[in-house]
Amino acid sequence: MFIKEYLSDIYKATKSLLTGMKRTGYYFVHPKEIITEQYPDNRDTLKMADRFRGEVIMPHDENNEHACTGCTACELACPNATIKIITKFDVTPEGKKKKALDTFVYHLELCTMCNLCVQACPTDAIKMGQNFEHSVYDRSMLLKKLNRPGSKIREGVE
Amino acid sequence: MKAPTPEGGIMEEMKERIIEYKISPFRGWRNWDMFSLKGITNWIQGWLSANFSSAWVLFFESVIVILLATTLFALLGLVLVWMERKVAAHMQIRLGPNRVGPMGIFQTSADTLKLILKEGLTPDGADKFLFNLAPFVVMIVAMLLLAPIAFAKGFQVWDLNIGVLYVSAVSSLSVIGILMAGWASNNKYSLLGAMRSGAQIVSYELSAGLSILTIVVLTGSLQIGDIISSQQNGWWLFKGHIPVIIAFVIFIIAATAETNRAPFDLAEAESELTAGFHTEYSGMKFALFFLAEYINIFIVCAIGATLFLGGWMPLHIGNWEGFNHIMDYIPSSIWFFAKTFFMIFLIMWFRWTFPRLRVDQLLNLEWKYLLPISLFNLLLVTVIAILGWHF
Amino acid sequence: MYTETQIVERPAVIDPFEGDGENLVINIGPQHPATHGVLHLVVTLNGETIKKVEPHLGYIHRSIEKMCESLSYRQFIYVTSRMDYLSAHINNHACAMTVEKGMQIEVPARAQYIRVIMDELTRIASHELWWGAMAMDLGAFTPFFYAFRERETINDIMEQTCGARLTMNYMVPGGVMADLHPTFQQKVKDFITLFKSNIDEYDELVTGNIIFQSRTKGVGYLSKEDAISYGCTGPVGRGSGVSCDIRKIYPYEVYNQVQFDEMLETGGDSFSRYQVRVKELRESIKIIEQLIDNVPAGDYLAKTKAVLKLPKGEFYTRVETARGELGVYIVSEGGTTPYRIKFRSPGFSNLSALDHMVRGSKIGDLMATMGTLDLVIPDIDR
Repeated sequence: MFIKEYLSDIYKATKSLLTGMKRTGYYFVHPKEIITEQYPDNRDTLKMADRFRGEVIMPHDENNEHACTGCTACELACPNATIKIITKFDVTPEGKKKKALDTFVYHLELCTMCNLCVQACPTDAIKMGQNFEHSVYDRSMLLKKLNRPGSKIREGVE
Repeated sequence: MKAPTPEGGIMEEMKERIIEYKISPFRGWRNWDMFSLKGITNWIQGWLSANFSSAWVLFFESVIVILLATTLFALLGLVLVWMERKVAAHMQIRLGPNRVGPMGIFQTSADTLKLILKEGLTPDGADKFLFNLAPFVVMIVAMLLLAPIAFAKGFQVWDLNIGVLYVSAVSSLSVIGILMAGWASNNKYSLLGAMRSGAQIVSYELSAGLSILTIVVLTGSLQIGDIISSQQNGWWLFKGHIPVIIAFVIFIIAATAETNRAPFDLAEAESELTAGFHTEYSGMKFALFFLAEYINIFIVCAIGATLFLGGWMPLHIGNWEGFNHIMDYIPSSIWFFAKTFFMIFLIMWFRWTFPRLRVDQLLNLEWKYLLPISLFNLLLVTVIAILGWHF
Repeated sequence: MYTETQIVERPAVIDPFEGDGENLVINIGPQHPATHGVLHLVVTLNGETIKKVEPHLGYIHRSIEKMCESLSYRQFIYVTSRMDYLSAHINNHACAMTVEKGMQIEVPARAQYIRVIMDELTRIASHELWWGAMAMDLGAFTPFFYAFRERETINDIMEQTCGARLTMNYMVPGGVMADLHPTFQQKVKDFITLFKSNIDEYDELVTGNIIFQSRTKGVGYLSKEDAISYGCTGPVGRGSGVSCDIRKIYPYEVYNQVQFDEMLETGGDSFSRYQVRVKELRESIKIIEQLIDNVPAGDYLAKTKAVLKLPKGEFYTRVETARGELGVYIVSEGGTTPYRIKFRSPGFSNLSALDHMVRGSKIGDLMATMGTLDLVIPDIDR
């Protein structure tokens, strides 16, 4: 009886080991199952999801105009003090002073891509970009100005 | 019962074979030594003894052997590491190294270059002499084991008459190097790894030795050359019925354990002991351990291939003359390396499939399963050998 | 206690062989392959046998609770993704639920369905990672890559709908941040098909393996009474036979409308905990299958005020993360930021049982036990 148990132990053990080896052996002879993505080579075909949050961007239209009124809602919504908005006062043709955006400072190194600023923006002036290759040689290069030089607010955005 | 073949017996047999070839359909096939390297070795031997005194001949031959062995080591290290990474990658549905050179074949050379350039650190509290000696002990043991291995027909450093005994004796010396490294590092992980390795290698020596003995019993000789030529009409794995297959399986398990490979890699179990006995080693000293591991795999697989799969002997099946002749066309060194690499692949396959055993289970497996089975198996093989039941 | 002179005379370097000369003290961690992070275990050994394990924490303490106190009720949710980063969704969910409870916000049905589906996907992803890492702790490397193949599919689904792969910040007070992606349902169904065809490989490769079984059976035993007294929850508690699934006991969102079983094993050893988790993988698939076709139409986000202010009082919610019971406790003074936040994290309680579980076993058993505890170090330390 003891011998029978002993042998059945060995049989079961060997069988379980061979089952595992069959599985790895299957993948060894089926190179089609390989899932590796050769990243820098497949850059052209690599498509990020359209909602992917890589960085905050401020879209400008063809007239170099954006939709940011400088209301600082995003600055208040940001949990990490990533955004700093510097405003200036424009003089309208009627001679009134009007608050406008001077510089949209964006600290990419502080950003956690939580999307709260985009949610907070009343005019959809900022959104999340899909770029994810942010590595640079100097930390200061991560400090970005989002509004382009010479850009101004689009007509009709309040 | 098959009588142990005396020295002359083989030559007679060969002559008979040569005569057979003359009357066989392959009439032109006379120099069946065509691919043998014996001609070259004999020529070197002849040239040297014609020009120098015998002491110098020995010296020059040693130098040549040393150069060849070192080259072989370097090449094997590079090839085996690359092979391991590729095999692992494909079993893990990955691509593996593919950046340096085509298929990444120069990856290992680049790694070696990096290791050479790195600082070989000696820790402060370490026993400096033993610490620096240990990698060389491990390497030298691996080198010594090369001596009796027949790489091709007539291409063997030293066909000494106790070849198998020599191999099993010398291979157990590597544990000294590992213990030395573990103790001298002055690191608790290293110490634990070394102690595990000691317990493991000493116990698995037994079943490895017993499974080697089955072939010795069947052949009646300890000499590697004899063992190979006894497989002229078929490899022992096929000739020796089930007991030899059991011995082969036990040998593979014991060989895996002796080379400290997963699932028996307790000596360097990285999830438990970070790197075990070579935790404190860096740079080229680490590379020597790494290289020695792969050389040891190669050597145990070469021994296994020699004993069970006929070494350089082509696949011969009984008296199928035509088939045997076709097989003879394939050079003997290719046979040897193909068999060895097949066994290496098996061992790699184990590594990338199984989890690691625990230290007490490791000893359990040896003393409760492998040892009794191999003892019983040896008895069985002896009965078979006495009654002449094998082919 | 030491006298003053003894303290002065004590050698600066502590003798590793202190005491009776039989004990060997080794530090496993803070940098060690098996601790999966910066956990520091001071292990007292006698040869290979463990006499005592003392976890030392604090290497990854970022004072998340304190940070949350200076953030508004919308902002603090994103920080909790960084606690138990493998169940980021579920952490966010718990926080959002606490705020909703305080503000008495009614979450739309669609948002509830989405939340539960996301929670279960997160649970699968977390258990997948655990399965691979557990096998790797025991020395098998290959399962890790097989697990990641499936996990990557979940990450892609997450990325498409939530916009991130690990720290999603998808749950907001009142619902979810964005509606489901149009292809979400199809992708999840594809994933379920893929997963069902691949999960048998897990059993072939690991569960049935004799080496794995002998490494885990009878290892790290935790009795039912001990599990309760140590406060073990999640698969660790259920592996010891403690019925502690918050989804069953205190159903939240739509968990009371779906059919699923609480996985209970009575073994109490590492293998039981392993089996609980592997069965939970299949159970989560069952939950997703019931919900994925029935997501009701409607709003995904309830209308809330721009600035959230919790009324004065104390609020507590509990959810079932992949590791066990997560409790979020908020004390509010009526302002825009919490007065005090406390997280009851499952990993901390589970880790506290480690010493009890591994005393007298071998170093290898320590790794097997830690593997089945499924520790995420930022969850323990916060």
